[in-house]
Order: sequence, then structure tokens, then C-alpha cells
Amino acid sequence: MLELRSVRAGYGSFQALFDISLEVRHGEAVGVIGPNGAGKTTLMRVISGLIRPASGSIAMEGTDLLATPAHHIVGAGIAHVPEGRRLFPRMTVEDNLKMGGFLPTARPKYRERLDFVFELFPRLRERRRQLAGTMSGGEQQMCAIGRALMSDPKLLLLDEPSAGLAPVIVEQVFDLVKRIRAGGLNVLIVEQNVQQVLRVVDRAYLIKAGSIRASGTAAELLASETIREAYLGV
Amino acid sequence: MGIFDIFLLEAVINGVLLGGVLALLSLGLNLVFGVIDVVWVCYAELIMLGMYGMYFLYTVYHVPIGLAAVICIVGVAILGVILHVVVIAPLLGAAPINQFLATGGVLFFLQSAATVLFGIEFRNLGLRLPVLKLSGMFISYSRLLAFAAALIGMVLVYLLLTRTYTGAAIRAIAQDRQIMTLMGVDSRRIYLITSALGGGLAGLAACLLVLQYDVHPFVGLSFGPITFLICVLGGLGNFVGGFVASFVFAELISLGGLYLDLEWGYVFAFVFFIVMMFVRPEGLLAPRS
Amino acid sequence: MKRYLGWIAGAALVALPFVYHAPYPLHILIVILIWSFAYTSWSMMGRFGLVSLGHGGFMGIGAYVTALGWNHLGLTPWIGIPLALLAGGVLAVLVAYPCFRFRITGHYFALVTLALSGIVLQVITATRDHTGGSLGYTPIRYQGGSSLYALQFTGKTTWYLIALGVWAAGLFIWYRVDRSMIRYALEAISEDEDGAAAAGVHVTAEKLKITVLSAMMTALSGALYCQYQMFISPDTVSGISISLQMVFAVVVGGIYVALGPTVGAVITILLAEVLRISFGTRAVGWDNLVYGVLLVLFIVFLPKGILGSLLGLRHHRAPTAPPRAQTEAA
Repeated sequence: MLELRSVRAGYGSFQALFDISLEVRHGEAVGVIGPNGAGKTTLMRVISGLIRPASGSIAMEGTDLLATPAHHIVGAGIAHVPEGRRLFPRMTVEDNLKMGGFLPTARPKYRERLDFVFELFPRLRERRRQLAGTMSGGEQQMCAIGRALMSDPKLLLLDEPSAGLAPVIVEQVFDLVKRIRAGGLNVLIVEQNVQQVLRVVDRAYLIKAGSIRASGTAAELLASETIREAYLGV
Repeated sequence: MGIFDIFLLEAVINGVLLGGVLALLSLGLNLVFGVIDVVWVCYAELIMLGMYGMYFLYTVYHVPIGLAAVICIVGVAILGVILHVVVIAPLLGAAPINQFLATGGVLFFLQSAATVLFGIEFRNLGLRLPVLKLSGMFISYSRLLAFAAALIGMVLVYLLLTRTYTGAAIRAIAQDRQIMTLMGVDSRRIYLITSALGGGLAGLAACLLVLQYDVHPFVGLSFGPITFLICVLGGLGNFVGGFVASFVFAELISLGGLYLDLEWGYVFAFVFFIVMMFVRPEGLLAPRS
Repeated sequence: MKRYLGWIAGAALVALPFVYHAPYPLHILIVILIWSFAYTSWSMMGRFGLVSLGHGGFMGIGAYVTALGWNHLGLTPWIGIPLALLAGGVLAVLVAYPCFRFRITGHYFALVTLALSGIVLQVITATRDHTGGSLGYTPIRYQGGSSLYALQFTGKTTWYLIALGVWAAGLFIWYRVDRSMIRYALEAISEDEDGAAAAGVHVTAEKLKITVLSAMMTALSGALYCQYQMFISPDTVSGISISLQMVFAVVVGGIYVALGPTVGAVITILLAEVLRISFGTRAVGWDNLVYGVLLVLFIVFLPKGILGSLLGLRHHRAPTAPPRAQTEAA
């Protein structure tokens, strides 16, 4: 479904990604793990179009994403939940969700998608008129994920969903991811929290200092030494 | 009613109507400055150009007034877009003060261009609208029109911002510009649309202003700063607040002018503004933080 | 070598009127010097991100308090001017203290100062019985025109030297502030107010100090203008146009450099004069037109101003963005 080949990207003179090749196949949930500063967020941004790669190729179901203008990428079926949630703080929950459904193809389905999101996150329904900036971290994360779901995407990109959240909330978030996955959505998760993400995904890639060091099924990676080395340098 | 009371009532009523004029003026600016956080110091000068447009179309070329108004509104809307593309867009990443200074340069430019092209004489539309006489008080018909236009304009803008997707995007863009693309929003288009709307509203204000006031190159100086003060006083982006603030300002000016010289009215209004900034910087209608 | 260059230039400037007496060029120079001083005063605040649009008001206060004191109360400007400075300082504290205390900054602060200059202008116009309103006001000539007591002189040379002295004093003050702790405090404040406060900087006090200094210097420039031109009106000394003009001239000249405001004054005044001479009355409006276009171009392409760009300062951001606290080569 999603295919990256030999992607190089960076910020100005600083190169963050070196020759990244990965894929997400239909029906899969894939994780990208690695220590801080490894380039995980850059990877997400390259896929969703916030940054353009210097070289390489990215294709979604055959469509060349590099030839697609950044604001049309969500139209290709990719929804990105950015690092740090990035809700619109002075707009209500409902307005934030509405923005999620901005895509012309998603607008006719607005009511339907809204109900879907509220089913998934009953708390959001309660707080629909609350200003997004006044909610707790966990609630904001739910809202951010809900916002991404409003466009009825095929692939959900989750960037560090556990960041800044209490462990109990993190559990809940990943349970939710499981449920979303069960509903048939493909997911690509970038995470630092290895334990949580590996219980939710089928496969994962380990990235460190901009390159992929290892990949395999969740079970394989959990069992291997490579992760510990990458994180602790031991 | 004693004579004194009539004058007071008339001043109050005319204050309300002046408030309508000010509210109309602040609509466009509140959209551009208050909602998408772009500074158009030359906003009043766009209105000045619109007023000249009306003058030339109606008085010189005898275009029917309705058509002239439409041309004027569209024309200033286009000017708004040009202003954005040429001056604002290159500066979106820099500190807002630079937009301030650059549009300030445009202000000087427009005033001077008007001076060179049209001369400094005061021009009048030459249209005498009726003055209503209501139990001893004189109410200006053109001010009534402006009041109505402001009300309708406010409602329309409010509906646009709250009921449409584009409106939601306009509200969102100042809060987090970078992630707009993630939702499929073309930021550039949103800025252009808002600039066109802001310009169009300025054009509307020009049409109604020119019914009551003469136009000359520096007419912008008399209402430009006040319009900014009103937007801030009402709470940036808060259209109802802007409406209320317009009336407060207008009453202060009107009543001040009744009892003392006109200038003292402005002094009161400005002092009120400064004091309010200390007391309620978020705007008149904002809850105490 | 750089040191001596300064002294040589200074000596040349002082000697100038004795060598070259033509009154018209001297007049232009005097006007340039007075406005340079005014612009430099504004930049004392502007360079730290405290953008005020109210300095026209302080200039107006300086001019009118001095003139009114002389005409109505017989106060010699030697007393009148300090009084004007005091008035300016008091007004600055009155308005700036609540602003800083309540953390009113940026747009909001600029608008408050705008309202302030509007107030000064309207008050001057409203008290027209005393101030002459928009028609203007003239200090009474004293005993034939030249008097130290009345601070009025007919000789351009004398005025040139006075203006030169004040301008030089302004630069001196600029340099003193530039090398003082206040500068670092204010740069820290403009970068991150909370951080600076946490580091022990008395944010409100420091901001207030520079504001009062700036206001008083500007008031002095107004008083000087009044004594030299012997005619003031609300639009020429106070009001929004003046306030805007100050900001623009400094930005064009270079806001972080000592001589930047002076360069700005030279450019704007010379531009106006050249156009006036070349085109006569047809030039009405052209100077501001060119100026306006230049300003837009500068902000978009050359935000460090002319002098700033020439000196290649290490401020990479546009002017009046929060500056990094760096030491610069003067």
C-alpha cells in the first residue's frame, strides 16, 4: 500500500534520513521504533508531505506522492496525527473534528464520520463544545486521532502517540489503536515506547540516526538484542 | 421633553448610528487582523481608494449608483488580494511588526499616489440623502443605511466563519498554519480568500462612507487608527465584541462632542481604550482571566 | 585608526559652519540633526522590540510645553525645557507602567502608544484657545531674536552647533546604553520575558527605564524643533504621521546601529528636499510615494536597513524581531 524507496531527507544542510526504504502492506499495522532524534518524526513528515525529500520515491497504492501537492496527500488516503497533537486550541472539539473532515470527498460523509468518532471516543461527545486547548493530554490525543479519522483515511500515521501522557492513558490510547485496527484501518506508528507499540503492530522497523537498522515481526524484534543496543548503546 | 433632553437623545441616537458606521469599518479589519492575524496598516487607505472609485464612477462617469457600488466592492477586494500577494505573503514567516511596517509603506504610497493623481481637494459624491426628522431630532438616513449594512455584514461574516468549512479553515489558520495541509487545506488559498473578503468589506464600507463624508487623500487618517482600536477593544476576531466596541466608542465621541468640543470626545474614547487595555486586554466581552 | 576617524569627522563637522556659511544648506543640516536626534531617541526603545507609535506625542509635548511656558508664563526655555522633559517622562511612566505591569506587548502596546499620541494631538487641537489648535503656535520673539535667555538665535551657525551638540549627545547616550547592563537585560527580555524574569531581571523596571529615557529625549527634540523653527503645529510635531515617520526612517537607516537613525533622517529629508526643488509644487506627494515604495522594498528585501546591511551585522532576522543577545562589532 505505502512504499518508500531510498528516501533521503533533512532540514537545510542537516540530513535526517539516509536511504530509507520501508513498506506498509494492506491490512497491516507497522511500527517504527528508535531512540530520540533518530528521524522518526521526519519520516512521518516526509510521508504526509510537510517536508519534501531530497531524493527517493514514495508511493501510496501506486500514486506517486512526490508528484502530489502537499495538501492533496490526505486525499490519497493518508491521515497524519502529528507529534504533540497540534489541535487548534481556540476552537471547539467539534470544530477541530470538522477541520478533519475538510476534504471535499469527506464532506458528504461528515455526519457519519462524526458519529463514528464519537462512538470510538464517547468522552469527545461529552466535550464537543469545549475548547480543545482546555482539555487534558489524553483527551487531546483522542481528539487528534478522531480528527484524523474524519477524512475516512486508508492509512493512519500516528506520531509518538504516547508523548507526554501518563502510563494509564498510554494504555488506553494503544487499546484504541487496536480497536481502530480491528475496524480495518492500516496504521503506521512511530513510537519511542517499544513495549506498547510492539503489542499493537504486526511488523516494525528500527531506525537509528536516520537509517533502518533492523526490521521484522513484532515478536522477532521483542526477542532480539538489537533494540536494546540501539536504545542504550550497549 | 425639554430642549436639553432632545439634544441628548439625538446625540445618543446619532452615536448609535455612528457606531454602525464604525462597526462596518471594523468588519473587514477584524477579519484580516483579528482572525488570520495579518496586519494591514493601510486598511483605511484601501477604503479611501474605494471612496474615490465611487466618486469617479458615480459623479464623473455617471454610472448608476448600485452598479458603482458593486464595482467598488469587487475592485477593493482585488486590491486586498494584490496587497496580500505582493506585500504580505513574503513576510508571513517573519515577525508581525514587519507586516506592520511594510503595509505602513503602502499607506504612505497610497496617500501620495492619491495626492498626485487626484489632488488634495475634498471631493463629494454630490448625493443628498434624506434626513429623517423624528420629534425634533435629525437622524441621518445614510447613517441608518450604514448601520443596516454593518448588521447584515456582521451576520453574514459570522455565518461564514461558523457554518462553512472555509470559515473553519480561516479561523484555524492563525492558530496553527503549518498543519493545515494535513487536513487538505491549501493555506495560500485561505489567505487569498480572506484577503479578498477583507478587501470586499472595506469596499462596502467605502460605499457607505462616501454617502456621508467627503473624500481626500488623507481621509484614512481620521478613521484608520480608531478602527484598529475598536478591533482590539472588542477582542481580536470577536465580531460581536467589535460591534459593541464600535458603539461604545461612538457614544463616547458623540456625547463628548455634545458637551464639549469634538476633540474631547476623541480624547475620552482614546483614554477609555487605554484604560480598558489595562483592565480587560482580551476585549470588552471576554471573561476575566 | 577607527578611533581617529571618529574624531576627525567630528572636528570636521564642528568646523563646517565656519568654513561654509550658506544658510540654506546649513538649515537642511540643522533639520537633519534635530530629526536624527529624534529618530535616535525612538530607536532606543525600538531596537529592543518595544515599538512605540506614540513618540509623536512626546515630541508634541516637548514642543508645546516649552512654547506655552514661554508665551503664557514667561518661563525661560532653560526652565521650560526641563519641565517639558519632566512632562514627557511622567506621561511615559503613567502609560508604560501599567502596560509593562500587565504584560501588554507587541501589537497591543503599539496600539496603546498610538492612542496616546492621538490623545496628545486631540488635546492640543481641543485647547485651541491656548495652543492655537491646528493653525499652529508661535513662541514670542524676544528682544530682536537672539538671546541666550530665551534660547532663540537668528544665526544659523549657533543653531547648527547646538543641534550638532545635542545630536552627538544622543549618540553618546546610545553608546552608553549599548554597553550597559540594561542592553543585555532588554535583549533577554525581548527574547523571552519569563526566562529573563526567572533569571532575576526586573522586567518592568528595565523596560520603564528605557521608555522614560526615550520619551524624554524625544521631548527634547520637540523642544529644540520649536525653538529653532519658531513655529509648531499639531501635525508637524505630534500625531500619527510623525510617529510612523520615525519608525520608518529608523528601519530604513538601520535599527541596531548607532548611526542608523541618522542615515534614515538624511535619506528622508534629502529625498523630500530634492523632490521639492526638482518639481516644485508638483512634487507634493511624490516624496512620500517614493518613500512608501522604498519602505515596502526594504522590509521585504533588506530588513536590516541600509547601514545595517552595509555593516553586515550578524542579526539574521528581520528588524524588531527579538534580537539575539550578541556582541556586535560597533
